[in-house]
Amino acid sequence: MTADVPAVKVVGLHKSFGSLEVLRGIDLEVRRGEVLCVIGPSGSGKSTLLRCINFLEEPTRGMVYVNGEPIGFREGPDGSRVRDSAARLNAMRQRIGIVFQAYNLWPHRTALGNVIEALLVVRKLPRERAIEIGRRQLARVGLAEKADQYPSRLSGGQQQRVAIARALAMEPEIMLFDEVTSALDPELVGEVLKVMRQLAADGMTMVVVTHEMGFAREVADRVVFMDGGVIVEEGPPDEVLGNPRHDRTRRFLARVLAKGDDGSSVRG
Amino acid sequence: MTLDRELLAEIWPLFVRASVTTAWISALSMAIGLVLGLLTALARLSPWRPLRLVARGYVELIRGTPLLVQVYFLYAAAPYYHLTLPPIVSGVTSLSLYVGAYASEILRAGITAVHKGQIEAARSLGMSYWQTLRRVTIPIMAALVTPALTNEFTGVLKWSSILSLITVPELTYRAYQVIAESYAPIEALVLSGLMYWALTDIVAWGGRVVERRVTRHLSP
Repeated sequence: MTADVPAVKVVGLHKSFGSLEVLRGIDLEVRRGEVLCVIGPSGSGKSTLLRCINFLEEPTRGMVYVNGEPIGFREGPDGSRVRDSAARLNAMRQRIGIVFQAYNLWPHRTALGNVIEALLVVRKLPRERAIEIGRRQLARVGLAEKADQYPSRLSGGQQQRVAIARALAMEPEIMLFDEVTSALDPELVGEVLKVMRQLAADGMTMVVVTHEMGFAREVADRVVFMDGGVIVEEGPPDEVLGNPRHDRTRRFLARVLAKGDDGSSVRG
Repeated sequence: MTLDRELLAEIWPLFVRASVTTAWISALSMAIGLVLGLLTALARLSPWRPLRLVARGYVELIRGTPLLVQVYFLYAAAPYYHLTLPPIVSGVTSLSLYVGAYASEILRAGITAVHKGQIEAARSLGMSYWQTLRRVTIPIMAALVTPALTNEFTGVLKWSSILSLITVPELTYRAYQVIAESYAPIEALVLSGLMYWALTDIVAWGGRVVERRVTRHLSP
């Protein structure tokens, strides 16, 4: 595959839930190796955008391409959208990792069990090989010694790092992060961001929906500000966060940064 | 009231054999009923409306009519379709259909209670619908539904007594036989009652073992 094919390409994306139009025409490209942070007020559609990228949400209109291949739909002979086969969707999803706000670990599996599950079931690796990969990924997020603990025995930050290890075990080409620190106690946010920072340094393509302005400023190659289901502004973090062109961006940042004074939102 | 010990000594081997019949009929109906119940629960949660309606119709029909009527009906109606079912096949079919309808509601509640995000996590890693069901949804829901399903199983043991009406040689059928032959209703009923009780205790004990297993991750 040539280097100039974007890792993610979103074209004319619309998404409605009943009469509620959450995304109203999104066009976006994410380059390979790029860290893109998506910021915006709640209800702006940023999580929905992220979930459309791996087809957890089905776009109402428009297309999402991952490494140049459309996900969830095929293009029919007349250029129309045709629902793609479940097998192909599952195959594509293996190449896209996602980490959720609520961790979503499986409670009946240990930390290691969570990490190796898809290796066993989807990739059909032999158990020893899966465990080897699983232990390596847990070590990567600093949780080697927690391998045999059930999620209920782990802190929120630890659970979220297991969730990251679980996604990484599949060796995805793209990682999606959906407000992954929003459910965490403030003192646990740092350990998760540290793992993400390392991942960015390793060259992973990342789309990060976040309220962590400090993280966006420091790690993002590009920041997108969304409001009301559209992209209002995008550019390098210094510009979007430091010197926003749009009024809506300025108002949002003023609100978020004011909240940050009590230490809840700005963290590096 | 005194029990005729001589008679008891004479009939108890027969009752033990009948208990075995009751046990395997119940276990088989429970097993088939669970599969049927799971499929019905999934159908009721399907985005496809016709499937939901069929599943709902089945549950309504079974819940709305007495088991006694269902058992008799299947047994009496089958010959009209040139289908001669041995009583035991007919009986197990009826009982399975009955268990399936009730179990489907227990399982539907269980599936609904599994956090949507845990299912999404599986799908996002490339797991298929059935892989997710088998490896994530069912194990998580097992912790929630095991007590209710154990309860259902203990019920099946006793509902299976209705199969005596279509001559399935299970516990109650044998009890009636003894009553008719020796006119000793007390001995026959007490003995069959004790047998049911013992079977129920075995199932309840098994349920506790399963429950401990499926809730392992919840205990500290």
